[in-house]
Amino acid sequence: MKITNEQIETHGLKQEEYKKIKELLGREANLLELGIFSAMWNEHCSYKSSKIHLKKLPTKNNIVIQGPGENAGVIDIGDDDAIVFKIESHNHPSFIEPYQGAATGVGGILRDVFTMGARPIALMNSIHFGAPDNKKTQNLLNGVVSGIGGYGNSVGIPTVGGETKFNSTYNENILVNAMAVGHAKKNKIFYSKAKGINKPVVYVGSKTGRDGIHGATMASAEFDENSEEKKPTVQVGDPFTEKLLLEACLELMKKNSIISIQDMGAAGLTSSSIEMASKGKLGIELDLNKVPCRENNMSPYEMMLSESQERMLIILDDKKEKEAKKIFDKWDLDFVVIGKTTDTNRLVLNFNSEKVADIPIPALADEAPQYDRKWKKFKVKKNNLKIKDLKKIKIEEALTKILSSPDHSNKSWITDQYDQVVMCDTIQKSGGDAAVIRVHNKEKAISISVDSSANYCSADPRTGGKQIVCENWRNLISVGSKPLAITNCLNFGNPEKPEVMGEFVECIEGMKEACEFLNFPVVSGNVSFYNETNSKSIFPTPVIGGIGIFDNLSKIINMKTKKSGNIIIVIGKTFGHLNQSSFLKDIYLINDGPPPEINLTNEKNNGDSVSNLIKKNLVSSCHDVSSGGILIALAEMSMMSMLGLKINKPKRFTNLSEYFFAEDQGRYLIEIERDNLEKVETILKKNSTFYEVVAEVQNDIFEIDKILRIKTEELYNCNNQWFNKFNVIN
Amino acid sequence: MKSSVIVFPGSNCDRDVAVALEKLQFKNSMIWHKETVLPESDLIVVPGGFSYGDYLRSGAIAAKSNILNEVIKAGKKGSLILGICNGFQILIECGLLKGALLRNSGLKFISRDIFVKIQSNKNKFFNKYKINEILKLNIAHNEGNFFTNNEHLKELEDNDLIPIKYCDGDGKVNSVSNPNGSLNNIAGIFNKNKNILGMMPHPERMADKICSDEDGLPLFLSLMN
Repeated sequence: MKITNEQIETHGLKQEEYKKIKELLGREANLLELGIFSAMWNEHCSYKSSKIHLKKLPTKNNIVIQGPGENAGVIDIGDDDAIVFKIESHNHPSFIEPYQGAATGVGGILRDVFTMGARPIALMNSIHFGAPDNKKTQNLLNGVVSGIGGYGNSVGIPTVGGETKFNSTYNENILVNAMAVGHAKKNKIFYSKAKGINKPVVYVGSKTGRDGIHGATMASAEFDENSEEKKPTVQVGDPFTEKLLLEACLELMKKNSIISIQDMGAAGLTSSSIEMASKGKLGIELDLNKVPCRENNMSPYEMMLSESQERMLIILDDKKEKEAKKIFDKWDLDFVVIGKTTDTNRLVLNFNSEKVADIPIPALADEAPQYDRKWKKFKVKKNNLKIKDLKKIKIEEALTKILSSPDHSNKSWITDQYDQVVMCDTIQKSGGDAAVIRVHNKEKAISISVDSSANYCSADPRTGGKQIVCENWRNLISVGSKPLAITNCLNFGNPEKPEVMGEFVECIEGMKEACEFLNFPVVSGNVSFYNETNSKSIFPTPVIGGIGIFDNLSKIINMKTKKSGNIIIVIGKTFGHLNQSSFLKDIYLINDGPPPEINLTNEKNNGDSVSNLIKKNLVSSCHDVSSGGILIALAEMSMMSMLGLKINKPKRFTNLSEYFFAEDQGRYLIEIERDNLEKVETILKKNSTFYEVVAEVQNDIFEIDKILRIKTEELYNCNNQWFNKFNVIN
Repeated sequence: MKSSVIVFPGSNCDRDVAVALEKLQFKNSMIWHKETVLPESDLIVVPGGFSYGDYLRSGAIAAKSNILNEVIKAGKKGSLILGICNGFQILIECGLLKGALLRNSGLKFISRDIFVKIQSNKNKFFNKYKINEILKLNIAHNEGNFFTNNEHLKELEDNDLIPIKYCDGDGKVNSVSNPNGSLNNIAGIFNKNKNILGMMPHPERMADKICSDEDGLPLFLSLMN
């Protein structure tokens, strides 16, 4: 039987790619083999468009134990502890079926983390929806939030925060990025690389069904009006089985019986078996009659391409089967030896005593196509803004308008659906600059923050790429931790378009610059291309998930103002950059000009100064200045404590909006005791750090002399307005 | 004091409650659901989580597990039993407590800090609290909306069997301070002998000053009294 052009196309392969497949095989492929190639060579699994650029990112330093290329990244946090973490996208499935798409996104990322021997200790997410008034947004928001909660709550891992944003660019292509963080013992990390010949290959977990067949191929194609028809390719999550699998795997990992382990994620049995064999430069032979199936008469094609969830592949050491099986029996999970490792370097599949596929493994992995796609340099728009020409608006009106916009709204409608404290190690929940989780039974903690700024990236991908790394770094500094490393999820449009590829390349180069400067390596991540519908691409949306460390639990701080009479200082200089700001976007609907510049030297210096002050116990609360500028950041601090603020009028600015709503980078607000002002000033001067005293904490009233006077309680109500209305409808 | 924490597949607050108990020097054992013997214990805890996935009515399958037979026997003999969240649901499903836990009135999973007011302290579980004391605890559930018939409600009220009710920070017990639609803001109930307590809020989540307040701690201390 000859493979037809149509079959090649429906498998998402190009004709020239099939030509290469034939060369590698030395013959025509059969349909099963074509399916396997398409699963391994699609963008999602092969990173064929992104690989050469991802290599530019810094991935090593003295704390990195494992960088990109494994199930998740691993960093050293001192003693015998390691943190294992990664972020991953589940955009396409979540648009088609929001609950299951989001739920299985969480499930998949949890498996990536516990596959490596880590107990998951926290979940985070970054979710982007279309315009608030788009008719699909409500349903998608509802479904995604309950899907994320439904999965994490049931497995019993706290979902401690993230970000939710709205923009019409995501109307037909939402983003659901989930991050998982786990804790492992440094000397007990498990990898996917197979070792040894004739070792048993064991299938554990759920049975294989017909769900999610070709999910990875779907995730590597654009959407059109028929996308709804793709519903059957969305997998269905079973958090209960995940919990059992998690406990069973961690129990088995305590023994010395696992050689390697890999979860069956995208492209299921195909990619897991091939990745293990490929990394070990071995072959693998499977008897598909042994695969536990959920449905009758499943074909080898269906078994190999199913993306049924909650499954793992394990290569065991000799004579360990009995011991291992006992553990999986205890947890009532399937445990079946379905094959063995070989020295042939080939993937051989047998079914009904017949060899149904035989492919050299390097052809599927190392030989997968890699493209240096054409890309176009991005033209950054000039600053044409004349602030004088804008219709005048009162500061109070601008403040309340921004605070009540969906992006800035209090997100407790969302986070109240997530169990944030199960495991009893959550020190800081969502709502602050970063979540803080204690390392169980230890006197240390980690901070986690997830950030993106698609507006900035769409206006200038290079500066945006840089900015988002810096913002993440700043958030980790703001809670008092030392930033260590990041994971990234790169959500872009169709890489075959030079404009989109250009956005991707420049974003990466911007990130690279910031990561190198801040010694903030990328240890894991995921690329999601083809976020387009009817050829309309989303804003370039890189999402960063960062981890920081506290060696001492007493240095953890938050953004809640503490005491009437305390002074608030802004660290970092305000220049008045309003282009791409919330002020222009939310009030004037202007989305024009360049994003604020990043000065890495100042960024680092300002951050180091804040860290230094926190270490010396001179800071009562801290908050970074980001979207919305100083006034929004001040309001956010006030709403945490419900105290008020007496804010100084700036001397350097004639236009107050330029001072209060500018989004210049590298800035922090810190609250200090009045008695410490001199001490703090001396340190800042010594470090050549720009600062200004901006406000004094007082009771109840949030005010700027003669310009603004409002109760903090009113600000709070404003901030809750949007979701309260949303709650009535839903 | 000896305690036993029952572990079902899908339990996920078993470790949390064990940590709290061990901190107070309880000699604790974790008891797997397939066990048929329960070690002698002064306190049996049925912890929170999603036993057997709770794909059927919450707690319905756990109520039929091996170990539950032993828990029921112990409860009838007068052992102290504490069911938290999913544990409360299980105690109702197995008949040790009466009533029903319906879907939250808002039809959403709710997880947040709430307040409860102590209604009764003449019992083994709340004797370290004062009457009308307001505690901050955390809830996390889909089905915590307590309901029962008038006869049972009267029995609960007449016999001082409702130890905690949802309230606001000022102690007001009303529909605004009711997070899930529970009848009369009921957050937890006793059986007639007051040796079995089921409650939706998690006391073990408020037992560590690094992460939270410690309003849950006196409950465990009460049990040692």
